[in-house]
Amino acid sequence: MAKVKSLAELKAMKEKLQSNLDLREKSDNPEAMIQIKVAMATCGIASGAKQVMEHMMEKAEELKLSVVFTQTGCMGYCHAEPTIEVKLPGRDPIVFGHVDNNRADEILEKYVINNELVDGIIPVNYETIG
Amino acid sequence: MARIKTHVLCCGGTGCKASASDEIIANFEKILKEKGLQDEVQVIKTGCFGFCEKGPIVKMMPDNTFYTQVKPSDVQKIVEEHIIKGRKVTDLLYLDPENKQHVADSKHMGFYKKQLRIALRNCGFINPEDIDEFISRGGYEGLGKALSEMTPQDVVAEITASGLRGRGGAGFPTGVKWGLCAKNEADQKYVVCNADEGDPGAFMDRSIMEGDPHTIIEAMAICGYAIGATKGLVYIRAEYPLAIERLQIAIRQAREYGLLGVDILGSGFDFDIELRYGAGAFVCGEETALIHSMEGKRGEPTFKPPFPAVSGYLEKPTNVNNVETFANIPIIITKGADWFAGIGSEKSKGTKVFALAGQINNVGLIEVPMGTTLRDIIYEIGGGIKNNHQFKAVQTGGPSGGCLTSKHLDTPIDYESLMAAGSMMGSGGMVVMDETSCMVAIAKFYLEFTCEESCGKCTPCRVGNKRMLEILDKITKGNGTMQDLQELRNLADVIKDTALCGLGQTSPNPVLSTLDNFWDEYVEHVVEKKCRAGVCKSLMHYEIDPTKCIGCGACARVCPQDAITGEKKMAHHIDNLKCIKCGACYEKCKFGAISIK
Amino acid sequence: MIKLTIDNRPVEVAEGTTILKAARQAGIHIPTLCYFELAGMNFENKPGGCRVCVVEVVKDFNGRPRRNLAPACATECVEGMEVLTHSQRVINARRTVVELILSDHPTDCLTCAKSGQCELQKLAQNLGIREIAYKGEQSTYRVDMSPSIIRDVDKCIMCRRCENVCNNIQSVGALSAVNRGFQAVVAPAFEQDMIDSPCVMCGQCVQVCPVGALSEVDDTRNVMMAINNPKKTVVVQTAPAVRVAIGEEFGMEPGTIVTGQLAAVLRQLGFDYVFDTDFAADLTIMEEGTELLQRIDRYTKGDTSVRLPILTSCCPGWVNFFEHNFPDMLDVPSTAKSPQQMFGAIAKSYWAEKMGINREDLVVVSIMPCLAKKYECKREEFYVNGNPDVDYVLSTRELARLIKQFNLDLKEMPVADFDDPLGESTGAAVIFGVTGGVIEAATRTAYEVFTGKKLDRIEFTELRGLEGIRDAWVDFNGTPIHIGIAHGLNNARTLLERVREGKEQFHAIEVMACPGGCIGGAGQPYHHGNSKIIKKRFDATYEEDRNKPIRKSHENPSIIKLYAEYLGEPCGHKSHELLHTHYFDKSDHVEIGE
Repeated sequence: MAKVKSLAELKAMKEKLQSNLDLREKSDNPEAMIQIKVAMATCGIASGAKQVMEHMMEKAEELKLSVVFTQTGCMGYCHAEPTIEVKLPGRDPIVFGHVDNNRADEILEKYVINNELVDGIIPVNYETIG
Repeated sequence: MARIKTHVLCCGGTGCKASASDEIIANFEKILKEKGLQDEVQVIKTGCFGFCEKGPIVKMMPDNTFYTQVKPSDVQKIVEEHIIKGRKVTDLLYLDPENKQHVADSKHMGFYKKQLRIALRNCGFINPEDIDEFISRGGYEGLGKALSEMTPQDVVAEITASGLRGRGGAGFPTGVKWGLCAKNEADQKYVVCNADEGDPGAFMDRSIMEGDPHTIIEAMAICGYAIGATKGLVYIRAEYPLAIERLQIAIRQAREYGLLGVDILGSGFDFDIELRYGAGAFVCGEETALIHSMEGKRGEPTFKPPFPAVSGYLEKPTNVNNVETFANIPIIITKGADWFAGIGSEKSKGTKVFALAGQINNVGLIEVPMGTTLRDIIYEIGGGIKNNHQFKAVQTGGPSGGCLTSKHLDTPIDYESLMAAGSMMGSGGMVVMDETSCMVAIAKFYLEFTCEESCGKCTPCRVGNKRMLEILDKITKGNGTMQDLQELRNLADVIKDTALCGLGQTSPNPVLSTLDNFWDEYVEHVVEKKCRAGVCKSLMHYEIDPTKCIGCGACARVCPQDAITGEKKMAHHIDNLKCIKCGACYEKCKFGAISIK
Repeated sequence: MIKLTIDNRPVEVAEGTTILKAARQAGIHIPTLCYFELAGMNFENKPGGCRVCVVEVVKDFNGRPRRNLAPACATECVEGMEVLTHSQRVINARRTVVELILSDHPTDCLTCAKSGQCELQKLAQNLGIREIAYKGEQSTYRVDMSPSIIRDVDKCIMCRRCENVCNNIQSVGALSAVNRGFQAVVAPAFEQDMIDSPCVMCGQCVQVCPVGALSEVDDTRNVMMAINNPKKTVVVQTAPAVRVAIGEEFGMEPGTIVTGQLAAVLRQLGFDYVFDTDFAADLTIMEEGTELLQRIDRYTKGDTSVRLPILTSCCPGWVNFFEHNFPDMLDVPSTAKSPQQMFGAIAKSYWAEKMGINREDLVVVSIMPCLAKKYECKREEFYVNGNPDVDYVLSTRELARLIKQFNLDLKEMPVADFDDPLGESTGAAVIFGVTGGVIEAATRTAYEVFTGKKLDRIEFTELRGLEGIRDAWVDFNGTPIHIGIAHGLNNARTLLERVREGKEQFHAIEVMACPGGCIGGAGQPYHHGNSKIIKKRFDATYEEDRNKPIRKSHENPSIIKLYAEYLGEPCGHKSHELLHTHYFDKSDHVEIGE
């Protein structure tokens, strides 16, 4: 292992290593983050939730958004799978149904960044399971 | 390439390790591989989460799901349900003792809500055996900043301004201590980390070393730079094998990265650390005794002055700080003295780690801002008294501290307030007691410890504590007199006034504080020959209430002494001459017919 | 200078002065127990352990009262300090502390070896303690008895004086604190017996022990049994240092010379012949001096195998010490036996033959200032056919007790002479009792033998003094002879290590184990840390030398006669047989635990 020769080198090293811990750092203070929960029950997985989640993670990174992605169980909207719940800091969570890659991009670009509403919102009539 | 979506943090502290956390980790790795999830889920062995009562702990990130008392056989379920299907495994979640509801994540647990983790910031968060994780959390930046942007005087001034005080017990201002050592010229100076944690029940230092060893290394190097020392020594008790191992790994990694050794970060500053093993004598936590022990001499204190800052290890200027004190250093340097001084109370800055124990719902390691009240700790973090019992006393400061009562519950925790209340901060033991605790027996327990751990050098501690213990023993056996109580107080006062070192001077505190706060209970033992808590066996007996006894005979069958007799379906009777007060009948009786008198 | 007040009296002391010393300077007596000082001999014991000397600091450096009481022995004075040495708080604490010590101390004072000399007894008396307030468990240990010393650790009060003297003054390292808490005591490592430890039997631990935890083995009963056995002829020899010290036991001023009274009282006790170790000291000079000259002679002639410096070998504590610590140098010391053993050897050969007494019927008793002598006489090499050259050794203190047992008072004794021929001696022999004396006596003889000239100046004052390590060059008529002197075994170690490392060269080195030499021996009346007593014995020894008509060993007529009649010549065949010995490697004791 090469030695760290200066504070600048140490900081550069930290930058490089930081992504490994991102997941933990972000979730340590979830209230201040954009949280996206992906319903990952059998119905969700069958409708491609897994693939959508991967896609959204990539897209979020591309847009330099700091998002905590979590998987959750069935939200009860099996007819509208894949479903995701998006919670912006200080706002109530909003659930989107029938999320495919395009809708996912739209959600990130429009709702998350510009706070514009997009199609597919499912009215909130359930308790989030946390 | 699959992305990592979940981090599984498994506690690798001593407590959880003892309850098979290694096996849990192995199961995770095995099952994840079977399911083909090894690239999506990362399993990390961390240090202690503090909530040791409920260990082994498995924490799922990013959703902070906090699984308690996980068994290796539970892993399959966690993987299939939580990781694959996104469903929490409800029966492994923490059960709130108040409302009997499962709590979904650690952010909503009372135990964590009021805590502020500075010294424990990395414990239970990073893999202590991976320097990269430490660095990605900003580790060694404090050292880097000190070496490249600050003079040694700046560092001392920063620590002084932060208001940090020694976490080992006495609360001496750390910056002042560093400054004293810094100004003494010598060809060699030493930085010593006092890791001889010895208070019964206290394990914060061990947890820090196990969970975040690099912090200690970084802090010692900063201290070395500030006082002009190139050598660091960690005096650690040999019965902390995991802490030793983690420190050894950390030292090796730090050397590999050039963060220990010569010319650290290109600054020209050299520093390295060695471990020294102690045999586990309580008195070796006293700095002069610790130094003598490291020198290969008998571990006993000597009179100060000279202070170690003038003549310490090998008669060279030496700065000794406790583990928890060091754990605060790097973050003070990176975040600044003002940030730190903004936390806590007027004279006690920052946070303090406590080992919360006793008759309380949430037992474990907690860290709270100075100034938090005892009430908040006991009822909010600790979740209140177990089994709906009544709070009676809280013992802080271990064998050097005292017992405080309900009238002290709103005392803010800081050095001065605790001292004024007749106890002390100590290294952070906190034992909560309910009405089932006998305060005379508690005083006796702590004194037994002090007698065992006294080095025997000075008369008051060697003989005086022994005599106090004998008097307490007499009282708990029902042979005490009011004269004994008088002698007890006189002895306690004289020992406090004349003992050589901090151990001896504070050893009467458990006795004095119980005499002050629970005088009635002493008098009851002496005059009425009664122990209201039913702890002192000589002062109690079991009785069967003939109106409640249905004559089932269950009590007689469990009695090891055949002390219980009675006809079938008739009220039974205990022969107190035969009874050894084991309590088996009391436990057995379903009808509440047996009572302690 | 620092100004402070003690008991409201203004005191001015030098920086670094302790409260205890400042108080003494002001004429205020603060009682102590563990504290011990041998002024001028570099020995101060102040572990701050007993807490008897605690005082109240009503105003400390910060202008505020000190939270707890301060040990006066270890606390340094600071400017503006106000100290109370006998306030109610202090007296109560001091009393309680002494009561605590007494509560774990056997109360067999009437029969204790230190009774009357015990510092704890005196302290309890001064504090007016009439009962033991705290009753409880007492620590018990097994009694350990070596040929010289009895350790009765039940009485140990953890003052650590013995440990300090053993490790720092003597660098023997046999004693240290073991166990902890209530069980803590001072003992050899692993609580071994002293005989199995690196103990050299110097007995300085006994000399400094304030209580009866360490005392000498008492041989008075054996001696009385021999005296009262009609079949035995009992002869006694008395060492030079005894005569300047034993008077103290009878209330005489330290330094009173009682040689004549001593001879008289010994005769009265029933010894058949009263002889003098001084005779054997003169004999030692003949042998050791000759050996020195032979080695110098061989060395100057280019013999590189010769070992220089020659080391004196008359101190048995020192002999034990180098056997334990310098096993690589066993051929360096003189092979001459000590005066005690030379005396025994001559008494049981030359004199016994002359008198027609069977060796087995002759009992040789020595009166010695020393406890190591008790061990020395039991060394196997000093036995002939199972019979020792010296049968019993009594220390100065034991002899005093024996005299008191006979209701005699040394002060009232007439002055008498020693018996001939083993009672005749010179001034050179007398000074064997002080540090530097043996080498001065040797120099007086060696000079005259080496140069063939008479000494104009008998007193080699350059060899005298109480400095721990000294050296001097003596001019042997053009040949400069370098002499080293050490007393106290740590000083000896220091000096010898310098020699071993080649940092310094000597022709001869004298070593005495005890501070001051035999006058400060472990068998002498207790000095309780008063080094003035040692100084007075020191001065008296030189006075006794000056009073002697003959002051050079080789001029002792009885010695001359002994060589003529029996031994032939110094270091001759017969001498070697009777008067020389050899040494053993005992270093394995030292390595325990390494």
